Amino acid sequence: MPKEKFTILESTCVPLPLENVDTDQIIPARFLSATSREGFGDNLFRDWRYTKSGEKNSDFVLNNSRFEGKVLVAGKNFGSGSSREHAVWAIFDYGFRAVVSSFFADIFMNNSLNNGLLPIVIPADLLSNLQDLIRKDPGSKVHIDLANQTFTIVPTGESVAFSINPYKKECMLGGLDDIDFLLAIKDQIISYEENKKRV
Amino acid sequence: MATEKNHTNLEAKTLYDKIWDSHVVRSIAGGPDVLYIDRHYIHEVTSPQAFNGLKERGISVFRPGNTLATADHNIPTRDQHLPIRDELSRNQVTRLSENCSKYGIELFGLNHSKNGIVHVIGPELGFTLPGMTIVCGDSHTSTHGAFGTIAFGIGTSEVEMVLAAQCIIQPKSKKMRISINGLPGKGVTSKDIIMYVISEITTGGATGYFVEFSGQAIRSLSMEARMTICNMSIEMGARGGVIAPDETTFNYLRKIPSIRGIDDIEAAIDKWKTLSTDEGAKFDRELVFEASDINPMITYGTNPGMGMSVDEAIPMAEKNSSEASPSFLKSLNYMGFKPGMSLLGHPVDYVFIGSCTNGRIEDFRAFAGIIKGRKKSDNVTALIVPGSKLVEEQMAAEGLIEIYTAAGFEVRQPGCSSCLAMNEDKIPQGKYAVSTSNRNFEGRQGPGSRTMLASPLTAAAAAITGRISDPREFL
Repeated sequence: MPKEKFTILESTCVPLPLENVDTDQIIPARFLSATSREGFGDNLFRDWRYTKSGEKNSDFVLNNSRFEGKVLVAGKNFGSGSSREHAVWAIFDYGFRAVVSSFFADIFMNNSLNNGLLPIVIPADLLSNLQDLIRKDPGSKVHIDLANQTFTIVPTGESVAFSINPYKKECMLGGLDDIDFLLAIKDQIISYEENKKRV
Repeated sequence: MATEKNHTNLEAKTLYDKIWDSHVVRSIAGGPDVLYIDRHYIHEVTSPQAFNGLKERGISVFRPGNTLATADHNIPTRDQHLPIRDELSRNQVTRLSENCSKYGIELFGLNHSKNGIVHVIGPELGFTLPGMTIVCGDSHTSTHGAFGTIAFGIGTSEVEMVLAAQCIIQPKSKKMRISINGLPGKGVTSKDIIMYVISEITTGGATGYFVEFSGQAIRSLSMEARMTICNMSIEMGARGGVIAPDETTFNYLRKIPSIRGIDDIEAAIDKWKTLSTDEGAKFDRELVFEASDINPMITYGTNPGMGMSVDEAIPMAEKNSSEASPSFLKSLNYMGFKPGMSLLGHPVDYVFIGSCTNGRIEDFRAFAGIIKGRKKSDNVTALIVPGSKLVEEQMAAEGLIEIYTAAGFEVRQPGCSSCLAMNEDKIPQGKYAVSTSNRNFEGRQGPGSRTMLASPLTAAAAAITGRISDPREFL
């Protein structure tokens, strides 16, 4: 089944410079009882975004009207902990299409790539400069070119190459789906099973 | 302290390589592998959207016999015979039952005589076997690595892939070996060993790696204790953890009354004996620790890497850093702690023993060893939650339930419970819990809850005294 394609994204950013942000913060467990993929964006970062009494917490970046955009600029080790894909659904549903960090937790990275949310790893010093730049000038944009695997900070012109595995890159560029791929090679899977039985 | 080793033999293979390579259906040029999955566990929370996907595509489950299901994450731990009160949770559990019966998947659901936490029942029922590839939509799937398997958590999109085609598409991880030399001292459990390692290498220290655990300390551990080690390998970011099978593994499997698909256990064991890392095989990173450096551990912050010996003071900053970062201070502030503070004697409101980390029979025996003949502290609310019905039965058979009751503890029914507090077992706002689970994230055990991770022994000492205490004083 086709998915949203990702080719080029130019956008302002939302900065979240905390380290080790785990998926329990992205979407707390008490919101995991749904049986569909939709609507998780409302509870993205729920316990940071709202106070105990349910008011918006004005200190939290998502409630700060200075910052908006489709790119979340996170701190190192983003997405650690639980494998809940709901974390990625929440980020995507809220409107982000890329997350930038100096490194991501493994499962979060896979889940992102499986949902059309592009995780981009950039060097720690560049990440820190980018955080500072966005704080100073929230209008600063970044330019992401997936086909050429480049990440550019528009106002400064700084550009770095990012890596992505070639298969996932093709999937994201074409909006292709893993299950269609697996169903297409079912004969190979069956012959693997038969070989294994013989051994 | 860790030391790094470096010697290689290019033809030799690691255990991880052996299992992975024998499960590759096909490699995608320059990209990931299509990996065949032998065993797939599912539960109520991360599977419904995957089944929806199958329905939308109009396809069925490819190999229903390779998938097993349980309800564990959001079920209550009291009055399990009654309908689940929370509507959304009830709906999820019902959906799991419907999906399992529709697609012919075996379900160990609520009120089944063998129900329990997915990572507790898989091994105890003989579904987790050496050499397998095992996945589940739950990060603590790494637990099963204790049997010499490649086991790791996946997202719901991948759950759907396994249901549709019995495969996932993933690149191979880098390889790390962590050796623990020598034998642990009195009061030092496998929970302390793994918490120590995580505190040394940090919560992201093994990200990108699959870790093999070895060394005398690991070899000395029971299967239950090994599962605790592999369970928490995800807490240092590792894809998974694996321990080569040995006589301890084989004896555990010999005791399981019947193992599906295995007619001759001794013939199977002969095959499983080849599952070890070859001499001189290359790891991308090797770390060596000394068991004698390890004490009973406790966490003071909001990730599992923020751990220390129970009798130490909270450090002034993160490891390898002279100045506390905003993240470090935010974490201590959440916990209501300050750098340099000692936690011994700090009041405790709740104690939780259970979860896929420490919800097995050995854990309840250890806890019972300390509370026997003593009384629960009046200011402590305790949640005693067996990992499965079989664990609960065994507790009864060994007389442990009487010990708990006599000491003022109520033993509840099995489930994930307060580990992630999807059910009613929540730690209230601002309260301190000593928990034998695996994560001390902000709000993990309920909004505003403050979790301190520890072993069953340290939890028992806290439950008796109402304060953070050194369990060695009670042994």
